[in-house]
Amino acid sequence: MPSSSDLHDPAHEPGREPGREPTGRTPYALDRRRFVGYVLGGATLVAAADLVLVDAPPAGAEIPTVPQIPEVYDLNDMLTDAARPTANLIKVTINEDGTASFELPRAEVGQGITTSTAMLIAEELDLPLDRVHVTLAPARPELLFNQLTGGSNTTISTYTPVRVAAAVARLALLEAAAILLGDTVGGLVAKGGVITAPGGASVTYGELAVKAAASGDRAVEVQLKSEDDFALVGQPTNRVDAVAAVTGAKDFTTDLDVPGALPTMVCRAPTLNGTPVSVRNQAQVESMPGITHVAQVSTGVAVRAETFGQCIDAVRALDVAWKDGPVAGESDATILRKVRAAQLPMPRLPDTPLAQTVSGDFTFWFRSNSAMDTNSAIADVRPDGATIWAGLKSPIVAQQQIALKLGMAPDKVKVNVVTAGGSFGRRLFFDAALEAAEISQAMGAPVRLMWHRADDARVGRGHPLGTCRVQATVVGTNVLAFNQSLTCVETDFRHGLGEIITAAAADLPAGVGNLGFAETIFTLTQEVPYDFGAVVQTLVETDDRFNTGSMRNIYSPDVRVAGELIVDKLAAKMKMDPYQFRRKFQRNPRLLAVLDTVAQAGEWGRAMPAGTAQGIAIHKEYKGVSACLVEIDTRPATTGREIRNAVTGPRVTRVTFAIDVGLAINPRGLEAQMQGGINDGIALALTSSMHLRDGHFLEGSWDNYFYTRQWNTPPDVRVIVMPSEETVPGGAGEAGVAASFAAVACAYARATGTMPTEFPINHGQLSFEPKPFTPPIPQSPTDGLELTS
Amino acid sequence: MPEQTFIVNGERVTVDVEDDVRLLWVLRDRLGITGPKYGCGINVCKACTSHINGKAFNPCAVPVGKLGADDEITTIEGLPDQVEPSQRGDHDLHPMQEAWLDQDVAQCGYCQPGQIMAAVALVNKVSREGGTITDADLDTIRNICRCGTYTRIRKAIVDGAARM
Ligand code: FES
Ligand code: FES
Repeated sequence: MPSSSDLHDPAHEPGREPGREPTGRTPYALDRRRFVGYVLGGATLVAAADLVLVDAPPAGAEIPTVPQIPEVYDLNDMLTDAARPTANLIKVTINEDGTASFELPRAEVGQGITTSTAMLIAEELDLPLDRVHVTLAPARPELLFNQLTGGSNTTISTYTPVRVAAAVARLALLEAAAILLGDTVGGLVAKGGVITAPGGASVTYGELAVKAAASGDRAVEVQLKSEDDFALVGQPTNRVDAVAAVTGAKDFTTDLDVPGALPTMVCRAPTLNGTPVSVRNQAQVESMPGITHVAQVSTGVAVRAETFGQCIDAVRALDVAWKDGPVAGESDATILRKVRAAQLPMPRLPDTPLAQTVSGDFTFWFRSNSAMDTNSAIADVRPDGATIWAGLKSPIVAQQQIALKLGMAPDKVKVNVVTAGGSFGRRLFFDAALEAAEISQAMGAPVRLMWHRADDARVGRGHPLGTCRVQATVVGTNVLAFNQSLTCVETDFRHGLGEIITAAAADLPAGVGNLGFAETIFTLTQEVPYDFGAVVQTLVETDDRFNTGSMRNIYSPDVRVAGELIVDKLAAKMKMDPYQFRRKFQRNPRLLAVLDTVAQAGEWGRAMPAGTAQGIAIHKEYKGVSACLVEIDTRPATTGREIRNAVTGPRVTRVTFAIDVGLAINPRGLEAQMQGGINDGIALALTSSMHLRDGHFLEGSWDNYFYTRQWNTPPDVRVIVMPSEETVPGGAGEAGVAASFAAVACAYARATGTMPTEFPINHGQLSFEPKPFTPPIPQSPTDGLELTS
Repeated sequence: MPEQTFIVNGERVTVDVEDDVRLLWVLRDRLGITGPKYGCGINVCKACTSHINGKAFNPCAVPVGKLGADDEITTIEGLPDQVEPSQRGDHDLHPMQEAWLDQDVAQCGYCQPGQIMAAVALVNKVSREGGTITDADLDTIRNICRCGTYTRIRKAIVDGAARM
């Protein structure tokens, strides 16, 4: 919490340079805590705020040496700024039952933003959390750039507007109460949804909901609560959807009961992105039990049935002539050769007689961001309009592209955003929604499309293969230069900033547009968090034939792993302890604090048996900093564990992770995101990748793609949420991955005495029997009653 | 079409559906019981984990025709009724569900019905065998959580076991 006595004076705000006037303020931000919002007329009280009233981020703070771009302006500033030209309202409604409701123009995919948003509203309104209901807004095209859930930006960009809307509601309620109770606003106390006058007379928000609306539309000035007065924000709080989740009542797309929307699946080609030419046995498949429709569409052959089981039978029975996809015949090795051929020469290093070079060349294989809830969508396309339901992080561009596909005006396509069972970047795209719309139009019937796991794993989007080369120049005990060059298969950013204008810009011919976008994202997210003299980081992308996207934390995991392994090498060269080396070259006090915290709490340097070791790494992104210390066991008794249909291998036995995310709205949710990120980091380092063979990925399910499981997860995990000097929140959803991945890689190198150069470390051996490609999906087993436990 | 009769969450049901349709689809697509989730359809992810006659099983791997009229299926929706009302917690739920709430386990929540059903069966099995839950027992759980909630799952199972 800030200790500043006068929060109204920008000069006293942490992170803002003394004497420097903030720039880029909109008229709505009177100062850091006073804003203009609106009371809107309606059946009950509706309070609104402009979603773009956040003022410009402070520039120039805490940078003693030449700053890298993300330090002064990062991806989150871009996402926030992209929203600036639009003017659009978000609304908090007070209902007659005394509850408040709010439609969040973002996607909840497990990251906890409905909870943190409800907490902000409850805080500002002085209402119990269980009386605030946050739902997801459908596509609102008027929001333009401002309905994209990505870059861990939700809390950063909505923190102030959400509070302003709630504060406006509170003020309108107080004003209505003042009239009713015959007092002044200043004399009243609002608490727990009840407003009380000095004499004890009181009135509830519910009783005031209609009266407060009666004054009609007007602009009002409100003062937000000081962070020092927060009672709920900053307190560890359980998720608002937890009861629904543990009782089975939480609905995901395929759980929705949309009349007539029968189960639908697609039969896909034996090579990646192959396309159907003709169906040889359509009539036969149409006559199978339960089948209602069979239709050839652009991505394959769709079947619709009474049950998904019958869809699986039909997909397996279909006899289809296919045209090969664009990577037919290719494999990991051929793609890696192409990536290597695209590598640029590394920048020249300073050349002095005493200079020594430390270098590394790392390969990162394809990885999948398949969530537990496979790609799915419900589509009801009629001749005069369409309705779509899906988990969508960019619903506006989805609506626009679906309208194009259907040949309809965008306003004829209603796109509803459904909570999704995980995203990991995948739901930035809308592959299933677009496909479901096409199928529903072709069949003339509503469809509930669900991708089979085999398709979700093999055909769904993922993290592209890439190489990362690092070179550093050492003179004595100084690092004079640090160069890092990432070369990878293209990351698809064709969702743009969530609407069709920038999406179209990313879709310019020959990938020029997407590359420009990728370069921008790379430049805005990557930095080397050490004082290493001349730092150069470059990105080259090549090959746009794969289904990729911004997998959780985008470029950072690979870049940071390569960087931190070389940092350990530099430390060794200078005969320094890895932790002390990181301290010495640290220039950011927040990073130093998280580093020291994990070193102490995680007992850095304690004696450990041969074959086990610690590894330590740091990361800075999303306006936050993190450090991770892991312990790994690579002894044969551990790596030799036999578990059916599984990869065991080295086990991370202990993790200590510290994060300073700025103001942590919900430390409990933040801790959960870090715990998830730790398991992602372990998977990326040790077990999970995709193998491309003969034009298709082999991994067809969870017994092939080895995401971290209970036998891999560390029995001892400690996440420390740091008290922060920052008064604004940073991003949380992705922040746990990079440092964890890097720390595991460093620990593995120290335990085995060999620095790994490809990730995951087990990619070289295939640990499963690949499932067939024709038919494209496996049949369900029948022996489940013999396997009860 | 064949008639399939069995008991689900305490109620006897009869459904007209082919023998070979897996129970998961009968529950989800025909009976509207959507707590058991689809995550693979081949008995590897365990998202569909439910109970049959008190033991954990995976309905994606059971043709509905194999069920008898007296087989009792319990899905997450029916779990609270498996204990006496006096054993239920603050939310009127099964002790394991209450532990899940106290530990705030769920992230996206998709895998969690299956995780809870597997956890209850594991605790029952371990206590049938006269033991208490160990790290080694927790390591045997096959349910995937792609959000990586494993740390809290482990805590919640130990907590839930103490309450059961
Ligand atoms: S859906 Fe049944 S185990 Fe995966
Ligand atoms: S909570 Fe999302 S898959 Fe487990």
